[in-house]
Amino acid sequence: MMWFNIAKAQSFMPTQGTEIAKQVDNLYGFLLVTSLIACVLVIGGMIYFVWKYRRKSPNDKTAYISHNTALEFLWSFIPLVIFLAVFGWGWYIYHQMRAMPENALEINVIGKQWAWEVEYKNGYKTVNEVVVPINQDVKILLTAADVLHSFYVPSFRIKQDAIPGRYTALWFKADKLGEFHLFCTEYCGTSHSGMIGKLRVVSREDFDKYLEQGQEERFLPLAEKGKKLFAVKACASCHAVDHPGAMVGPSLFQKFGHEEVMDDGTKIMFDENYIRESILEPNKHIVKGFPKGVMPTFQGQLNENELSALVEYVKNLK
Amino acid sequence: MANTKAHGDNYINFEKGIWSWLTTVDHKRIGLMYFITVMFFFLIGGIMALLLRLELFAPNAAPNVGQILANGDVYNQVMTYHGAIMVFMVIVPGIPAILGNFFLPLQIGAKDVAFPRINLLSWYCFMAGAILAIATFFTTKIDTGWTFYTPYSIRTGTATAMMVLAAFIMGMSSILTGLNFIVTVHKLRAPGMTMHRMPLFIWSLYATAILQMLATPVLGITLLLLAVERFLGIGIFDPKLGGDPVLFQHFFWFYSHPAVYIMIIPAMGIISELITTFSKKVIFGYTAIAYSSLGIAAVSFFVWGHHMFVSGQSETTGIVFSFLTMLVGVPTAIKMFNWVATFYKGSVEFRSPMLYALGFMFLFAIGGVTGVMLATLPIDVHFHDTYFVVAHFHYVMVGGTLMALMGGYYYWFPKMFGKMYNETTARISFVFIFIGFNVTFFPQFILGAMGMPRRYFDYIPAYENLNKISTVGSWLILIGFLVGLYTIVQGLMKGEKAPMNPWGSKTLEWQTSSPPPHDNFSVEPVVTAGPYEYR
Repeated sequence: MMWFNIAKAQSFMPTQGTEIAKQVDNLYGFLLVTSLIACVLVIGGMIYFVWKYRRKSPNDKTAYISHNTALEFLWSFIPLVIFLAVFGWGWYIYHQMRAMPENALEINVIGKQWAWEVEYKNGYKTVNEVVVPINQDVKILLTAADVLHSFYVPSFRIKQDAIPGRYTALWFKADKLGEFHLFCTEYCGTSHSGMIGKLRVVSREDFDKYLEQGQEERFLPLAEKGKKLFAVKACASCHAVDHPGAMVGPSLFQKFGHEEVMDDGTKIMFDENYIRESILEPNKHIVKGFPKGVMPTFQGQLNENELSALVEYVKNLK
Repeated sequence: MANTKAHGDNYINFEKGIWSWLTTVDHKRIGLMYFITVMFFFLIGGIMALLLRLELFAPNAAPNVGQILANGDVYNQVMTYHGAIMVFMVIVPGIPAILGNFFLPLQIGAKDVAFPRINLLSWYCFMAGAILAIATFFTTKIDTGWTFYTPYSIRTGTATAMMVLAAFIMGMSSILTGLNFIVTVHKLRAPGMTMHRMPLFIWSLYATAILQMLATPVLGITLLLLAVERFLGIGIFDPKLGGDPVLFQHFFWFYSHPAVYIMIIPAMGIISELITTFSKKVIFGYTAIAYSSLGIAAVSFFVWGHHMFVSGQSETTGIVFSFLTMLVGVPTAIKMFNWVATFYKGSVEFRSPMLYALGFMFLFAIGGVTGVMLATLPIDVHFHDTYFVVAHFHYVMVGGTLMALMGGYYYWFPKMFGKMYNETTARISFVFIFIGFNVTFFPQFILGAMGMPRRYFDYIPAYENLNKISTVGSWLILIGFLVGLYTIVQGLMKGEKAPMNPWGSKTLEWQTSSPPPHDNFSVEPVVTAGPYEYR
């Protein structure tokens, strides 16, 4: 049966980032095959019979078969056995999902409208980005600030509601490096679909560095912090900061305090508010000569503090 | 009867004027009134569905097409009304209130339901609730989703209490209908019609009525508590006041899971009727089908927790609910096998109601097996609140209930209106709806497996292609329903006069004229055999 899982289920299921994900996919593959067989039997049987016994004349005589106890017992009993087997298999995997490992690395995550706030044990806080080391049991301790949210990483096949007023938890052990989507799946209002984060799996060393940097970042001057963010968010790949030449996007060098001409002819002062707006709603006012829709929004990916840092950094590009 | 003058020979022309309809206690007329109103709400709910799909045609990064609905708020409102209208005003009342009201007394050889005036009252309750629900649209539109999950529903726009009250009143209507059916079945069967000689549609309505009676009050109380919580802030569900937001989910699904069966069991009843009539053959396993309806109804009360596998309930609770949910699969599977077996050595005629029955079995099989997947704990953890669930319940509710409802309409159309519809356009309509349905909803299974969460107004580009296909499918469904509407209107205006029993069916409603007279039967029928004696 395993060949089938590899052939079918994995072709549309997200990357398997954990051992549990593989187990879930195996069970899912089994169910997929069983379901397919069941559907072929029922639907195929249906089509075969209705065609074979289609009405040939208005006076067709039909057989009088009211029931068949043996047959009926059999087709009640067989599904029951299959269902119970699937249930048992599911129980086995689910128990592993729910049994929290001891000595796991704990990370606190708070769901709020509309972002994930992540806090590590050393006090480092980020938004919409969870970074974990590879091959390490990680326990996410969840709660919510306002309404229900749900923490969902498709590649890990894990999901858990975040409930205001109490803690819930889930755990995983990532065995693949990389970046995975983190969705909110419990409907939470206006920007429910924008509450997307990243779960980054890194090596042990990178993780330690990450935490250390995070620790340091808190004490950096605001402009320094902005510089770091500018790099982390890859802003530099589109915006020049040390010469006035345009790249994909307009240069930010020596722009602060000057008026900019927009694509609709209006002039806007390049001030703190314009920088902020351009980060959060990049397509609202486009500088003349640049296409719309190129820059992604950073809405929900930066907290106020980080925004101020970026503004401060751009302000100081002299 | 206040107005005894101007008798026509059937229930439609028996009395004249709009007032005679609004004050009627004739179950057939009440059934028709439900028919018109429910179809109207179906139209509204359908338009909203098309809007949602149009919005999801492309992620918002793409120009124009993705921007039909101004922002997330508008999308969320439309999504809420689509759900609430389709559930509370279309699919729950659809079969029992329209076809049940019309045919339950006819199929058991009774003159009317047991409490005709309560029956009329239930229509007025339904209308009052529906109007109140629609009215919220013109105040502050609600955006909670049809499930009203706390604490979001406590915090958001003020019309929630109004909507909840509307659902409460409509629930009342559902309870009254259920009560009426139970008493009617027990008290008003024609001489000779034992319980085991009742048509299977009646069995299904009977099982449904029990659910309506027992489950709906729980919803009523829950919604009332929610309203009280909003107005007085007494701290039942609001965590800020020490309440438990998850408690609401327990209450809510204690009704709403049985409600899913309020939707599907009557549909199964219709399918049983269609299959034996158009196979000209006695149904296979009558008793098994009849009792499996009751079995499903009974078990349905104990499975609500499968909606909450990831809500933070304990591991043990999850396991118990998974086990119980698996059990529902058995009586459901029994029905499917019985229907297939009925075709064996039958004489199958592919009339449009039969096409709908076959369509039902096809879609319900897929809805059923994906239901088993969702009942399986670790798989549900991945699929919960993704498009997989959306696809699954549309397969069951639209592919199941709506297919049966449409098949039922065509089947009983000649009896209800005394006219025949155009078979060709009815078939064309079916083909569009069936293909369109699969094109719309099958890709959503894959989207869900890929991890696309539900109730998303926007999505990451990886999900774009499948969403495009899905939206195109919704247009095919639209074409199908437009052709169906044409078929119905054309049949009503220009249809040929229907004979008493156009399909050669054996059940009692076909033993009276089309459309039936005011008192259903000119001579009281006497039953001497089972309902499907095709020999």
